[in-house]
Amino acid sequence: MKALEFRNVSFSYGKDAFAIRNLNFSVEEGEFVAVLGHNGSGKSTLARLSDGLLEADGGEIFALGMPVEQKNLYEVRKNVGIVFQNPDNQAVASIVEDDVAFGAENVGLPREEIGKRIDFALKAVGMETHRHATISRLSGGQKQRVAIAGVLALKPKVMILDESTAMLDPRGRREITDVVLRLNKEEHITVVLITHFLEEALLADRAVVMNKGEIVMEGTPADIFSRHEELLTYNLALPRIGQICKGLREGGIPVGDTLDVEKLAEEIAQCVSSRSI
Amino acid sequence: MKDVSFGQYYPVKSFVHNMDPRLKLLFLIAYIVAIFLARNFYGLAACLVVLLLAIAFSRVPILKVLRAIRGVLFLVLFTAVINAFFRTGETVYWQYGILCVSKEGIVFSAFLVCRLILLVTCSSMLTYTTTPVSLTDGIESLLKPLTWIKIPVHILADVMSIALRMIPVLMEETERIRSAQKARGGDIEGGGLIKKIRAVVPILVPLILSAFRRADELGDAMDARCYMASKKRTKYKKLRFTWRDLIGFFVGAALITGVVLFNVYEAFLWLPV
Amino acid sequence: MRIVAEHLSYTYNPKSPFAVKALDDVTLTIEEGEFFGIIGHTGSGKSTFVQHLNGLIRLPASKKRRPKRPKAKKGRPAPPATVLTVGEFDLSSKKTDFRALRKRVGMVFQYPEYQLFAETVKEDVAYGLKNFSDKKLTPAETEAAVRAALEIVGLDYGEVAEKSPFDLSGGQKRRVAIAGVIVTKPEVLILDEPAAGLDPLGKREVMELLHRLHREWCKTVVIVSHDMDEIAENCTRAAVFSEGRVVYALPPASLFKMTDELLALGLDIPLTAKLCAALKERGIEVDCDFTVEDLIRKVVALKGENA
Repeated sequence: MKALEFRNVSFSYGKDAFAIRNLNFSVEEGEFVAVLGHNGSGKSTLARLSDGLLEADGGEIFALGMPVEQKNLYEVRKNVGIVFQNPDNQAVASIVEDDVAFGAENVGLPREEIGKRIDFALKAVGMETHRHATISRLSGGQKQRVAIAGVLALKPKVMILDESTAMLDPRGRREITDVVLRLNKEEHITVVLITHFLEEALLADRAVVMNKGEIVMEGTPADIFSRHEELLTYNLALPRIGQICKGLREGGIPVGDTLDVEKLAEEIAQCVSSRSI
Repeated sequence: MKDVSFGQYYPVKSFVHNMDPRLKLLFLIAYIVAIFLARNFYGLAACLVVLLLAIAFSRVPILKVLRAIRGVLFLVLFTAVINAFFRTGETVYWQYGILCVSKEGIVFSAFLVCRLILLVTCSSMLTYTTTPVSLTDGIESLLKPLTWIKIPVHILADVMSIALRMIPVLMEETERIRSAQKARGGDIEGGGLIKKIRAVVPILVPLILSAFRRADELGDAMDARCYMASKKRTKYKKLRFTWRDLIGFFVGAALITGVVLFNVYEAFLWLPV
Repeated sequence: MRIVAEHLSYTYNPKSPFAVKALDDVTLTIEEGEFFGIIGHTGSGKSTFVQHLNGLIRLPASKKRRPKRPKAKKGRPAPPATVLTVGEFDLSSKKTDFRALRKRVGMVFQYPEYQLFAETVKEDVAYGLKNFSDKKLTPAETEAAVRAALEIVGLDYGEVAEKSPFDLSGGQKRRVAIAGVIVTKPEVLILDEPAAGLDPLGKREVMELLHRLHREWCKTVVIVSHDMDEIAENCTRAAVFSEGRVVYALPPASLFKMTDELLALGLDIPLTAKLCAALKERGIEVDCDFTVEDLIRKVVALKGENA
């Protein structure tokens, strides 16, 4: 069964251009997919459509086999969680555990079960020592981890991160990507990571690039990164390591495209020092 | 980081802090009734003793408690002046038109001032010793019977809890916008009233827009976590009545009943039967 | 304008249970003409420091008068006096004209686009201009200044001036907000996380804009940033804040050689520094200034030498 499936979906915010145009896109269960695109490419619309926060103008959307439509929304949202962009605009309660409990309370779980879910969710995001902390005093990365825990408390099968790292500092970004990767590998949660940082897409099994509401590139992250010129036409900048690889090649050092610093150093070392010692 | 604390919660651990918020709310109501039953200074003195005991057990510094009066100082003075100058009595010291200073007027205005100070102080004791969150829980729990007449108490409680949690965020935002406009030469300090009002617009507009944007995003985040106002929800945190609360209940109830009885008895002495 | 801070300390909510020491004996000089970087975690005191520089946070005046302070305790020298000057402005004095200071020290806050308020872009940009000018400006003067400000931030006056700022794209909004600060041509421009929340291309454009401003309008630019790559590539010098103190103030070329020290502070290092460290482990020393271009150049040169 597919975790998410878009069949010929279109959507527009009013009379202007389409935010999403004839989109066909699917995510397998257990997969980790990165959705890339510059601001305004339609990638956030994709997240909101998946969860029924927006209703498509045309086409069909399925989440875990269920059509995403009014009568299924409750079930869909139980299984498809979204973490949003702004760390300050997602918490409903002031205290960490109360906020994590919110979703579980909404679906009417018994108290003991909610307690267990909070334990599980906070542990999964590494925030168990902050259980009684005041959310407004946490760092951005910690707030986003609480938001992830709040979604996890519903035990969803799919988790969508809608630019959840965009407002964080590098440390906070790493906190989030670490957590997400672990959830995918250990808890087997299907992950859709929407981002404009190409570096983050490296973690995914598969990456798609969106532009003007359409999917314009698709493949493994390594494959996507090797297509520099094409990425530039979609207003996506090459990550710095990509720039270095490219520059070195142009300077006559034959290194491959990689996003791994150690690997790049190894290749440079072989090439530079082979004759020097 | 600037720590935007709001309300007056004074974070120490004490017997009063630990008390069930519902109990504190009920005590407050009963205590206010007791204050209103007091007809003379003896009655107020009895009330004061109870308040001092509560303050002692709360470990909130007494100066901090008295500071609460500062906020209503104007009201206190206003009450005092009005009553001192407009009330006639048997022993008149000075009279001019409708203005009149009499012995009874002065005594009565002093009485009102004391009563007002007691009222403010006891209410602020509640906010000093109870976090806004547990206060909301307490109010929700006390209002529960209203669900019987179809008042959606839990939605009201959600609204209150979200408002409470957004206050620090919006306060921080206000501070940031104010600083940003100040850096552009827009200052609400100084200048006449018109100038001040004009200077507020560049702060208010971004703040309102931001509040709407946040509300929108929060709404989505709540929807995405299966919030449906019509559905029945469970509650993770239940207020629990502990043995401490039981002790608190007996001690508090005894004291307040004592004061009430004292005041009722005093009232009979006071009234010419 | 030279910025000098000596023994600067600051505590939020002093004498309360919420007291937070934000700055602890900070001594730092920023020379005129620098493109200065300030690095540190949230809560390291960097925002508090920059807000001092245009008087948004003021030195407590009572501190100077307190009689205890200058007195030396037994066997210990007197605590040194706090100094904070920006050009000819002495910020520790109560008599300082803070309005005049703010006109010459511009400050762009994080996510400045959220501070736009006026009905048109033109009006919003002109806000600071009107506030800071001592006489009433003619419409022509205002228009000329707004046009120049919009053009230097890379927007077309004719296209955006009459539009509502809320109808622009995110990147454009940020440019308008920056234009609203630099419209008075401040000599010092301070920006808190100017590229936060933008996509990589937007980030690059903002940094290019700042260099243009540095060349043409503002003598000194100070940026607060979490992004070490950004610091390495753009700044002449950078100060590292940690727990309210300045730990280092060095040019990036020497700062990022201290890989271990920075990591120990829980800070990141630029990708170029990571690569240099990885190469060093393999016996290859690359002495670069940690910009991408220089690194490539040095590595290529190294290959040439060995061949």
